Amino acid sequence: MNEYNFAYLDEQTKRMIRRAILKALAVPGYQVPFASREMPMPYGWGTGGVQVSAATLTPDDVFKVIDQGADDTTNAVSIRKFFEKTAGVATTEETGKATIIQTRHRIPEARLRADQILVYQVPIPEPLRFLEPRETETRKMHSLQEYGLMHVKLYEDISQHGAISTAYAYPVRVADRYVMDPSPIPKFDNPKLEMDAIQLFGAGREQRIYALPPHTRVVSLDFEDYPFEASKADHACNLCGAEDSYLDEVITDDAGNRMFVCSDTDYCRSRREAGHQGRLAQEGTA
Amino acid sequence: MTPLLQVKGIEKRYGARIGCRDVSFDLYPGEVMGIVGESGSGKSTLLNCLVGHLEPDAGQVIFDTRADGPVDTVTMSEPDRRMLGRTDWAFVHQHARDGLRMSVSAGGNIGERLMAVGSRHYGQIRGQALDWLGRVEIAESRVDDRPSAFSGGMQQRLQIARNLVTGPRLVFMDEPTGGLDVSVQARLLDLLRGLVREMGLSAIIVTHDLAVVRLLADRLMVMKDGEVVEAGLTDQVLDDPQHAYTQLLVSSVLQV
Repeated sequence: MNEYNFAYLDEQTKRMIRRAILKALAVPGYQVPFASREMPMPYGWGTGGVQVSAATLTPDDVFKVIDQGADDTTNAVSIRKFFEKTAGVATTEETGKATIIQTRHRIPEARLRADQILVYQVPIPEPLRFLEPRETETRKMHSLQEYGLMHVKLYEDISQHGAISTAYAYPVRVADRYVMDPSPIPKFDNPKLEMDAIQLFGAGREQRIYALPPHTRVVSLDFEDYPFEASKADHACNLCGAEDSYLDEVITDDAGNRMFVCSDTDYCRSRREAGHQGRLAQEGTA
Repeated sequence: MTPLLQVKGIEKRYGARIGCRDVSFDLYPGEVMGIVGESGSGKSTLLNCLVGHLEPDAGQVIFDTRADGPVDTVTMSEPDRRMLGRTDWAFVHQHARDGLRMSVSAGGNIGERLMAVGSRHYGQIRGQALDWLGRVEIAESRVDDRPSAFSGGMQQRLQIARNLVTGPRLVFMDEPTGGLDVSVQARLLDLLRGLVREMGLSAIIVTHDLAVVRLLADRLMVMKDGEVVEAGLTDQVLDDPQHAYTQLLVSSVLQV
């Protein structure tokens, strides 16, 4: 017998979170406050994402967790085991088989379907926070759509670096209304935010939930003369040879050698199983 | 001619205490109005009521907007009033730190108002920022420095540039020369006088420094205990003060 209620949280809490999720879906990009619970993990490890997942899971779901694209890092393994134990749901590493995917800082390379839900772990949900520390003021700015300040940040980037150097957590405008922080995903993933699946964002410490319904218009902010660019390392994956995936740079020794590998481990594995080979595939251990 | 700003019977109370009471005046385009008085005389309260930082308990502040003509800004919706604060109005704080973003470069500070009203072309924003730095006598090479690296006088000039970049028609200034040494004050006043004349600005300047109003203001209001005790042309009020308090104020200025 399982001593936990299904998916750890009690039913009243899940109900409260579901109400927040529904509101978030009704007002795309708006940060809905919710009564975030203490979870058996430290803040910063995905307490927001876990609560959203817990409220979304049903016994028939197939659950997948990725951390920076990988299925096998501490954070991903722990959260997967947590729900295996408390909800008894099936888990998978294959993006295509999962119905709910909790993610930290990446969107899977494979195109998601309408019957899937992507749950993000969010550290700081407020895109204006580092420019305007007062919550009362940022709320007012959202309600009055005063978003000039967001461009001040991009202006500073260009004046200091000659280009928009913000590479992750790149601010977006949702459905021509709210400016939203897409969580610290690389800006390479920003164009993928317009997708068929439901996207839910949970910030546990900051007690906010926000959402993108399927096919919502998401525009990355930019200047007319410095347009948005979804950038990645200018290489092919050394294991699977993919040229269209987001890459991690791995230093392999202290002689300056390095390799580039897909950050999405499932995508890389499935490509290698299909016979694709990168430059270092023979000696590759990953 | 329609006054740019009509103030009618402004009153602000803090509980039983009076902030300011029964203040009325008209300000015409291109006119500079000085408000003087000692500390606690209600001049800052009045200014904050005019600009919408405080809500007055009674009275009207009617501004002649570009689109809709004269509108009472006290009862106007908040988005409209904040929009006015970014376009046709400007507010120069006594302490430049209150009016600047200290963690953003000088260029970003000047560009903020442009971006707030929808400018999305980096080259044009930067061009305007450089132009305005020149107009307030800050070297163009400092455009990417943060205001924290600037002297007090430069910070104050930067604050003025940041406010004037959207071409406002009415500028509120709260002790713009306070806390600056006299030679820097003189330069700042010179600059302000030039900008006011060149852009045809209307301004309301709150100060306790009579030299500032002598130099800048066309008209003068003297406040004491929350009420206006004397008003008139600047030279007239300063050279021939009628009210006992004004006489005291004028005679208190140290002659060097």
